[in-house]
Amino acid sequence: MKRLLTGGEAVAHAMRQIDPDVVPVYPITPQTPIIQTFSKLVADGGAHTEIVNVESEHSAMSAAIGSALSGARTITATSSQGLALMAEVVYIAAAMRAPIVMAVGNRALSGPINIHCDHSDSMLIRDSGVVQLFVENAQEAYDVMLLATRLAERADVLLPVLVCQDGFTITHSAEPVELLPDDTVRRFVGEYAPPFSLLDVAHPATHGPFAMPDYYYELRHQQVAAMAAALTALDDLAPELEALTGRTYRAVEPYRLEDARTALVCLGSTAGTVKDVVDGLEGVGLLRICSYRPFPEDAVRAALDHLDEVIVLDRANAPGARGPLFTEIAAALYGSGVAIRGHVYGLGGRELHPDGIEAIVAGETGTFVGLRGEACPA
Amino acid sequence: MPELKAWSELPVGGVVVRDEALRPRTGNYRTGVRPEADLALCVDCLLCWLYCPDSAIALDGTRFTGIDLEVCKGCEICAEVCPTGAIEMVAE
Repeated sequence: MKRLLTGGEAVAHAMRQIDPDVVPVYPITPQTPIIQTFSKLVADGGAHTEIVNVESEHSAMSAAIGSALSGARTITATSSQGLALMAEVVYIAAAMRAPIVMAVGNRALSGPINIHCDHSDSMLIRDSGVVQLFVENAQEAYDVMLLATRLAERADVLLPVLVCQDGFTITHSAEPVELLPDDTVRRFVGEYAPPFSLLDVAHPATHGPFAMPDYYYELRHQQVAAMAAALTALDDLAPELEALTGRTYRAVEPYRLEDARTALVCLGSTAGTVKDVVDGLEGVGLLRICSYRPFPEDAVRAALDHLDEVIVLDRANAPGARGPLFTEIAAALYGSGVAIRGHVYGLGGRELHPDGIEAIVAGETGTFVGLRGEACPA
Repeated sequence: MPELKAWSELPVGGVVVRDEALRPRTGNYRTGVRPEADLALCVDCLLCWLYCPDSAIALDGTRFTGIDLEVCKGCEICAEVCPTGAIEMVAE
């Protein structure tokens, strides 16, 4: 069934169908439409979920950990400052291996305060040990919420999985979205089987114990292994969902790369605009990074290492260093001889139109696309 | 000292399962005094059990039976909270 839905609403409908046990959440623009729509669906009897109206995002993630480790299927959502406030607890959720699904409406971090899209909030927690899957449109936001539920709860993964959609561009833009039948979703997500439960008083256990120098390193390494497992699990689960939806979602999406000499690389909704642009260009393709964490280094290298030039578009800046996507791509292509340049664009919701992408490909822009005034060296 | 385990041998997330865990013998933290109980004065109010930070109060159901000196760190809280003077700190 196709419905006209925004990305936020599409995620809320996915949540209704997944029917999580607990959703601890705090509102923040541009995530609010997710929890607002979902709350209404629950109030109307569409899901049995207990929504916990916590007093901050720090508490939302703390409650989510307790809930997930009790064996309850748990989803939350946030943006920007909310994710920043959560950050301390996000690291702990990953370390305690709490399979929480979180919908993120990507929004610029303060300051200056801003409500529009960039990826600085996701990049703040890029090394926290959580999976971060970026989507291109509302349909994919819906699909990947279903995928994320399975991925998070896999016994060899057990990590928080973030489904990152561009604030406003996706969260607030309505488009036709195909919803799977409820029972198809229920069968796909199945039941969560936790390895331990806080509520299993017959088998008491300590969660989140102190670790001295003799064990901290080993316990951190478990997260390295879980991330590697997540990349494999994504390859296993995505075809299973594809069989139901007919739509493909993988760690990377190559687009018109077969005959390309140049490739653009980006995350999120910008890929949609880039696809339109490269449709009209000779020898230029796109590699969309869907899984930013775990970073699919081998797939990136295989897709790009034979090209003449790779152009990386970062929707986040790192003052005093190169952009966070650029550094990953450069590391993946190290030694390949491919020329690589990086551009920063779209900060705080600044638009990037097709003519802007054409100008980037033509080498007519500086490192900082659209910046007024002469840029300092990156 | 027990043999240290590799990362892959540890429960997921570092969870410590009670029945598989080593029981730490923290009694050797004491620095010269230990609690001594006079059961004749005890009224089984269990305030000591409630306040003890180390599960060192031994019970039989809801009856106080003494102090587990293998884990008692000698913090003196039980002696402080005992309302009948049934627990006193004595030199080791």
